Amino acid sequence: MTAALTISGVRKTYGKLEALKGVEFQIQRGEFFGLLGPNGAGKSTLINIIAGLVQASAGNISVLGHDTVSDFRTARRLLGIVPQELVFDPFFNVTDMLRIQAGYYGCGEEVWPWIDEMLQRLDLWEKRKVSMRALSGGMKRRVLIAQALVHKPPVVILDEPTAGVDVELRRTLWTFMRDLHSKGTTVVLTTHYLEEAQEMCERIAIIDKGEIKALETTQQLLARHPFRFLRLKLAEGAVLPVELQPLVAANINGSLELKLETSKNSFSSVFALLRRDGVAIEDVQTRDPDLEDIFVELTGRKGEVAA
Amino acid sequence: MTPNQRGFYTLLKKEVMRFWAVLGQTVTAPVITALLYLLVFAQAMKGRAEIYPGVSYTEFLVPGLVMMTVIQNAFANTSSSLIQSKVMGNLVFLQMAPLGPWEWFFAYILAALVRTLIVASAMLVVVLPFVHLPIHQPLALIAIFVLTSGSLAVLGLIAGIVAQKFDHIAAFTNFLITPMSFLSGVFYSVHALPPFWYKASHFNPFFYMIDGFRFGFFGVSDVSIWHSLMWTAGFFAVMTAICLWMLITGYKMKK
Ligand SMILES: Nc1ncnc2c1ncn2[C@@H]1O[C@H](COP(=O)(O)OP(=O)(O)OP(=O)(O)O)[C@@H](O)[C@H]1O
Ligand SMILES: [Mg+2]
Repeated sequence: MTAALTISGVRKTYGKLEALKGVEFQIQRGEFFGLLGPNGAGKSTLINIIAGLVQASAGNISVLGHDTVSDFRTARRLLGIVPQELVFDPFFNVTDMLRIQAGYYGCGEEVWPWIDEMLQRLDLWEKRKVSMRALSGGMKRRVLIAQALVHKPPVVILDEPTAGVDVELRRTLWTFMRDLHSKGTTVVLTTHYLEEAQEMCERIAIIDKGEIKALETTQQLLARHPFRFLRLKLAEGAVLPVELQPLVAANINGSLELKLETSKNSFSSVFALLRRDGVAIEDVQTRDPDLEDIFVELTGRKGEVAA
Repeated sequence: MTPNQRGFYTLLKKEVMRFWAVLGQTVTAPVITALLYLLVFAQAMKGRAEIYPGVSYTEFLVPGLVMMTVIQNAFANTSSSLIQSKVMGNLVFLQMAPLGPWEWFFAYILAALVRTLIVASAMLVVVLPFVHLPIHQPLALIAIFVLTSGSLAVLGLIAGIVAQKFDHIAAFTNFLITPMSFLSGVFYSVHALPPFWYKASHFNPFFYMIDGFRFGFFGVSDVSIWHSLMWTAGFFAVMTAICLWMLITGYKMKK
C-alpha cells in the first residue's frame, strides 16, 4: 500500500542557510503523526514544500503516490493544509470564504452540508455571515482549519493549529482532530506543546536544524530514554549526600529533581545514601520521562509546556 | 463541469466579487474622473478645428478617454488584487489549490475584462445623449477593446507577480501606466505633435490601442487599423508569453 506521504531527499537552501538537509521519511495511511522541533527547525519549510508554496532545492514528495510537482492537481486534492500564519481574505464572510475554497478544489453545493457541519463543530455557526476581518484570532484559526478540510482530503497537515489558542478551544480542536483520525484521515500535526504531541500522536519525528533527529512511535521514543526522575523535598537544613549532588537536574520550588540512569542509579541505592547520612525527607515523587525530556536531550532546547 | 473547470470558474467569480464589493471605487470613480476630463477639455477646446473631417473635438475625445480608462482599470484590477492577496498572505489559499497557470491566467484576465466592460459601457451610456458616436467598424472596436483590456490585465498580473508591496504597484502605475496613457493621443491627434514626439508616439503601444478604438467609431484614424491591430495583438502576445512563463515557473511566487 502506498504511504500517505513519502518525503525523499528533500533539501532546501535559502542562500547560505540550509533549512532542510535531505529529509527522508514516510507517513503511513491513517497515522496520527507529530512533526516536532524547536523554532526554525524547518517544519514549516517542509510543510510549505508539500503544499507547493515553496520549491524544494532537491528531492521530491508524493501524496498517496502522487508527486506534488508533476501530478500537483491530484496531490493537492488529496491534501488539506492549515498554514501556520493566521492569514485571511478580508473581502469575504466566513461561509463565502469556505465555499470559494471548496470551489477551487472543484467542489460545489454537494459539500455545503459538510461546511455547515464544520461551522457547527468548530463553534463558528453564529459567525458564519460575519466578515473575516471581524473575527478574533482564535476564530480565524478555526476558519483556517475548516478551509483546509472543505474538500474532505484524506491527508491533513496542521502547522501549529493550537498556537495562541485558549484551553477550551484547544480541547475542541483535539476532539475534532481525533474525530478526523478515527474516520481514517491521516493527520500530521506540528506543535510546540509536547504534552499535546505525546497525548495525540502515534508516531513522532523530531527535526532540528533541518535534520531528522528521531523518528519512532511515541512509545518507543519515551522508552528509549534510559532515565527516571526522583523528586525529593528535603526537610529544613538537610543536605543532599555528595554522591547524589551531580544527579540533580532541576530545583523546582525547593524540591530537588534527580535524574537517575535506570542502569546505574537504582532507587534503593539513592535511599541507602540518604539513610546513611540521616537526611530527613518531607516528600518523594517519581516521574517517568516525558516527551519534553527527550526533546531537550535530542535538540538541546526546551519546548513549551502546555498551559 | 469538471473539477478543473469549477476551480477556474470559482476563481473568476471570486475576482469579480472582489471588485463588485467596492463598485464605488472600481467603477463609479473612474467613470466620473473620465467624465470630468471630457467636460473640461471639451469646454476648453470648443471651437477648435475638427481633427478629422466631420468629427468634432468632443467626439474625437470620447473613444480616447474610454480607452485610457480601460487601460488604467484593467491594469489596476489584476495588479491590486494580486498584491493585496500577497501582502495579506491569503494568496496561499490559491497557491495551495489544484489550479494550474492557465486557470490563474484566464480567471484574472477575464475578471479584469468584465470590470473594464462595465466601466466602458457606463461611460458610453452617460455620454451618448450628448455626443454623437457612429459605430463604423464594430468588429475592430471589439477586437481592440478585448486586446487592450487583456494586455493591460496581463501587465497588471506581471506587476503583481513582481511586486512585493503596494509601493511597487504604485510606482508601476505612476511612472509607466499613467504617463504612457496620457501621452498616447487621447487628447490630440499625434499629427499635431513636434516631429520627435510624433515618432516617439509610434513606439507607445497605447497609441495604437486608442487610435484603433477611434477607427472603430469613425472609420478614420492616424494610422491604419491593421497596423493598430498588429501592434495591439503583438503587445498582448508578448505580455502573455512573459506572464505565462512567470506563472509556469513560479517566478517570484515560490520561495
Ligand atoms: N523565505 C525565507 N527566506 C529565508 N529563510 C527562510 C525563509 N523561510 C524560512 N527560512 C529559514 O528557514 C529556517 C526554517 O524555518 P521554518 O519556518 O521552517 O521553521 P519552523 O520549524 O517552522 O519553526 P517555527 O517552530 O518557529 O515555526 C529558519 O532558519 C528560517 O529563518
Ligand atoms: Mg513553523
